[in-house]
Order: sequence, then structure tokens, then C-alpha cells
Amino acid sequence: MTDLQLGPSLQLLAQAGYAFPPHLVEGSQPWLQALIDGLCDLSSRDALTGQANRRQFELALAREIDRVARAGEPALVLMADIDHFKKVNDTHGHSAGDMVLKAVAKVLQDCVRPMDTVARFGGEEFAIILPNCPPTFAQAVAERIRAKVQALKVAAAQGLEIEVTISLGGAFAPQWVRSSAALWIERADQQLYRAKAEGRNRACLEQPALPQVSAEEKGLLLGTLLQFEDPE
Amino acid sequence: MSTVPASSTPASASPAPEKVRARITAVTSGKGGVGKTFLSANLASALSRRGERVLVLDADLGLANLDVVLNLFPKITLHDVFTGKAELNDAILPAPGGFSVMLAGSGLVEYSRLTADIREKLLSVIQQVAPRFDRILLDTGAGISDVVLYAVSLADSVLIVATPEPTSLTDAYATIKVLATQQNRRLIKLVVNQVNRVGEGRVIRGQLQQVVDRFVGPSLPVEPGVSPGVKLDLLGEIPIDLAVREAVQKRQLLMEWMPGCEAAKGIRAVAEKLAP
Repeated sequence: MTDLQLGPSLQLLAQAGYAFPPHLVEGSQPWLQALIDGLCDLSSRDALTGQANRRQFELALAREIDRVARAGEPALVLMADIDHFKKVNDTHGHSAGDMVLKAVAKVLQDCVRPMDTVARFGGEEFAIILPNCPPTFAQAVAERIRAKVQALKVAAAQGLEIEVTISLGGAFAPQWVRSSAALWIERADQQLYRAKAEGRNRACLEQPALPQVSAEEKGLLLGTLLQFEDPE
Repeated sequence: MSTVPASSTPASASPAPEKVRARITAVTSGKGGVGKTFLSANLASALSRRGERVLVLDADLGLANLDVVLNLFPKITLHDVFTGKAELNDAILPAPGGFSVMLAGSGLVEYSRLTADIREKLLSVIQQVAPRFDRILLDTGAGISDVVLYAVSLADSVLIVATPEPTSLTDAYATIKVLATQQNRRLIKLVVNQVNRVGEGRVIRGQLQQVVDRFVGPSLPVEPGVSPGVKLDLLGEIPIDLAVREAVQKRQLLMEWMPGCEAAKGIRAVAEKLAP
């Protein structure tokens, strides 16, 4: 154990504010495991916002594609991009820009369920994976996120409050079909471009081609069947 | 979709003294996991025992698992043919049940979006292999994605697999509705899998037919010489059978693993009704 060069790892963890669980003997196996866990956590997060990074996002997306292909549950990917972010950087400086990124990331995280994955996709673009999100709720979820960001006031410096908006694009995974991650993101991206083109600060979702089966049809189809199941 | 052959008229429309090409049957389902690929493979085995030359074509381009069911390690797949890495002939593989298969290959994931290029390639493959077989079973994906709808559109007849489960029935109904309205299918074959008791398949067919007659039939165009509405033709029911699970786990065809079991009998009955 003593041959391991742990210096750089420990330095990285200390810089990230990682705290080892108490009562672990330095150099023991549980301590090493905690160190590895800490490094894993570190390498799956975005350094600035603390959200999932691109690597972690791709892992989560691949898992979701597998699940949707087999289980057929609906799943949504949202791409969110801060509108005119360059202007924030140019006007108020990069540290103000960083604070905006952090604040927006926190709003995104607060708007979704624990099972959802919020990731910094790159630059001022975020991606959110929402497993088991049916089309009927999707627009409401995206709209809630948009409105929360619009209401946000980022205290970037004494007396300076920055307001930003985001544009969102969303696409559903094709149910029962194994999609590729690249295609899914591309479809969400296309909706994001649409949101930008239509004037920003809005959410555009791809409309899924769903077969319409009305409640009346379902009732007739399943109603008497239940009677059949019921022994007299 | 203009290259698609007319699907509503059966082969009897043109008098064919000699069979020039295979009858193509698409096997599909509204919901996944109802035994579509299992049925395709075992039905192919049953049909080939009746003397038919059968090809199962894995048209589930996005999520192929025919190779898993048949315990085949695919060396050459449709993907290789599409990309020009292999000849079509080399992609026709012998399967354990005495029939032939063409596997999609996992490289086809990108085709979960149907491009014009893929449409043409798939059509061309089917046209080339059709003269060499008596029957082609297209094992499609579940649901009504554009890939599935296109694969079904290439078939002379369509067979829907459903189980008595409410979600399976609802999705089967949705598929029937789409096939009737978008592809003008007037005759749809039905196999009810995993029935709990004898006669459940007939009840379910009646149920589906009733809803189709009420909600789908009236909206279809009336054509002279074609009986109005959509007719569901029950090919048979397959009972829940422990032997099926064993065969799947052993990656064996049920028709080879336990040909005398109740489920295998059900599949043979389906083959008999499917064959003219």
C-alpha cells in the first residue's frame, strides 16, 4: 500500500472540499475505498456547477436508452441554453458569468425530481434527462424550469443583480426502439434551435406521434374483459 | 412511401399459376415483450416442418434479438450488407429449426430513424430474397415507429401478437387502428399469446373486433369489391407454458426443446392456419 503515489489524488480531493468519513485509518482498505469513491464522484461532476459533467451525462443517457428500448416507458431529454450569455460575460466579467452558471444550474436541479439527471453539457448549455416523463407532463415541466430561471436574480456583486432567461428544447426517446445517444440529443437540439429562432425564453418540444386511443375506446375494449376475468 | 406495394389486396387479385415469390408476413405487436420474436422463430420452425422454405428477417432494426433467441452469433448481418461489407447471400444464415434467418446486427441502431436510404436498401433486400423462399416472416419492432410501419408496409399480410394483459390489448388496438387508417389494411391476423385458459383468445379477438367495428371501421373509405371495415382473423392462442420459459433460458427453439408441450401445439395450430 505504501508504494501508491496518493499525493496528487489527496490534493485534488482536498481542493474539492472532500471530507473522508470519520474514524478511518489512513492507508487502510476502507480509507482507500473512500478515496476512490471521492475520485469517482469528482470525475463525474462539473467543477464549476457541481452538476453531472458530460461524461456522467453520457453514462446516464446510455442507461436510459436501454431502459426505454425494453420497457417502453416515455423518457424526455431537455437541452437548456442560457440566452445571450456572452453578453453577461462581456458586460459584467467572467466571474459574474460563473455565478450565473452556478445559479442557473441550481435552479435546474431544484426544478426536477431526484431521479432526473441535470448535467452541464458544455459552455452555457445544460442537459436534463427525465426518465418516465409522459408527453402530457413534459410541456409543464419545461415551462416550470423556464419560468423559475426567468424569476431568478443572481447577486453577482454589491448592488448588481443579473437576470437571465433560458431557451429549452426537448425530445422523447422513441419507445421500444433503441435510439442512439447522438440522435436523441440532436433531436432535442433541433427543438432548442427552434426555441431560439422563435425568440428565446421559451420551451419547444418535439411532438411525439402517439396513437390516439380514447377513454371510450379503452372502456369498450377492456370493460367486458374485466367481467370475463370475474368468475360468477 | 410510394414504392410500397399495394397492401390491401391479397394475392388473389392477380392470377398466379406458379408461385413466383414468397408470401411476406409481418409479425408485430403494439407492446414489446409479448413474445413476438419467440413466435416468429418457432412459427418459422413449424412452417418449415410443413415443408415450406422459410426466411425470418429481423426487421427490428433498432433492437434486434433474434440472434439471442436462436443462440446464433451473427457473423454477417444486414448491417454488413447495407454498408457493402458483405454479399447478400452470405447474410442468409441457417437457423437451428431448419429455416433461414437474416439478422439486423446491432450496428443498425442508427437506423432507428428511417431514412430514404434505409428504406430503399431494405426493400431491395426483400425483393432479392423473395423468389428463393415460400414465406418470409418479418420480425418487426413493437409499437408504431416509422421503422415498424415501413417494415409492415412491405408485407402481404400482418400478424399481431398480443397477450391478455390490458396494456398489450390497448397497444394492439392502437396498432390495428394505425394499420387500418394509414395502410388501409382490411384483414389483420391475430395470435393471442400467454392465455390463461382455453378460449381466451377467442374472447379477446371478439373484444378487439367489437371496438374496431365501432371506432375504426366507420372512418375507413368504402371501396367497391372490398368488404367494409377491418376483419381480425384469429390464427390461434398459445397457452402460458413453463416449457416456454425453459426453452428461452436454454436459448432453444420451443419446437425442438419440447415439441409436445401445449404451447408448441398452439404454435403448430397457428402454422397450420397461416399456411393455405
